[in-house]
Amino acid sequence: MRLKLLSRSSLAACDSGKGSYIGNPGGAFEGLRTNEGGFALLKTALLLCLLLLAPFAGAKEAVPVAEDPEVEKRMVALSEDLRCLVCQNETIAASRADFANDLRREIREQIQANKSDKEIVDFLVARYGDFVLYRPPMKGTTAFLWFGPFIFLLAGAVFLVFYLKRRRKHIEEPALSEQQLKQAEALLKEGKG
Amino acid sequence: MMRFLLPLVVFVVLVGFLLVGLGLNPRQVPSPLVGKPAPEFQLQQLHESEKTLTSKENLGKVWLLNVWASWCVSCREEHPVLVELAKSGIVPVYGLNYKDQREDALRWLQQFGDPYTASAVDPEGRTGIEFGVYGVPETYVIDKNGVIRYKQIGPVTVEALQNKILPLVRELQG
Repeated sequence: MRLKLLSRSSLAACDSGKGSYIGNPGGAFEGLRTNEGGFALLKTALLLCLLLLAPFAGAKEAVPVAEDPEVEKRMVALSEDLRCLVCQNETIAASRADFANDLRREIREQIQANKSDKEIVDFLVARYGDFVLYRPPMKGTTAFLWFGPFIFLLAGAVFLVFYLKRRRKHIEEPALSEQQLKQAEALLKEGKG
Repeated sequence: MMRFLLPLVVFVVLVGFLLVGLGLNPRQVPSPLVGKPAPEFQLQQLHESEKTLTSKENLGKVWLLNVWASWCVSCREEHPVLVELAKSGIVPVYGLNYKDQREDALRWLQQFGDPYTASAVDPEGRTGIEFGVYGVPETYVIDKNGVIRYKQIGPVTVEALQNKILPLVRELQG
């Protein structure tokens, strides 16, 4: 049985990557295993069959790769800048979530239909919003996102300059006034005497 | 005085931001489709595969489109709410059976009840992409002109129904 990662209650599966399937192939033979002996030979035979079938089973579940490596290259390049909305810290290129799989298929098909990169990205933004982009576009609502760090950097620099100036003034000021110096000398002399 | 006041103000502002951040759910990505016409579709129906369900059929009435699947755990959570809503007859609920097996879906409805006026089948999730579905369940409120007015991400709770969906539906029904 295939577990769809899209299920909102199975989001934890995002992290494991391998969580897209539940139940190992051997699981189906759980009933046989509980029988004591007798089935050992049958079990071995079944396991052997499973092993032999394994490559085919894998091939069936594998992500379909476009015949055209150019299409695949463009698809990967595009989807590396797109966010998987299910596993939000993964790109659509890297995510193993079912959702990312579907979007890769969609992108692949659109490339084959001779759509430009911009058309494909616009298609996805129209449906999923700017959040699907890892590089947010520059506009009014994202201005702070783009310039905020520089504003903070500038504020930090201004603060540093003022702080250093004040500090220098502090250091340059003679630590003791002349009167205090005399007092100190007097005290020292007293000590010697 | 300034020496202590300034860091305190910075600290309070920071705490304020973090508190607001705690309350936000990053999984709730606002849909750009709200306020736009619902994507057109023509899909097989779940119960009678020879019949189709089209988005245009419902022009002229307010309706809900609930994206569901038998493999989706949260759908079980919201299902009783939808069944009750369908019984009340306030607004028709249509289903979009998303990336599911027909037999599983039918069995699931038999087991938990069928609130849907009709369910369309989207086995490959293509219509889902058109609607910007990125998880199940999701529910769309669509107005008389076929425009999406609201998107509920995640299960329809009683609170969401009472506070958001039903008032909106009543307003749209006019």
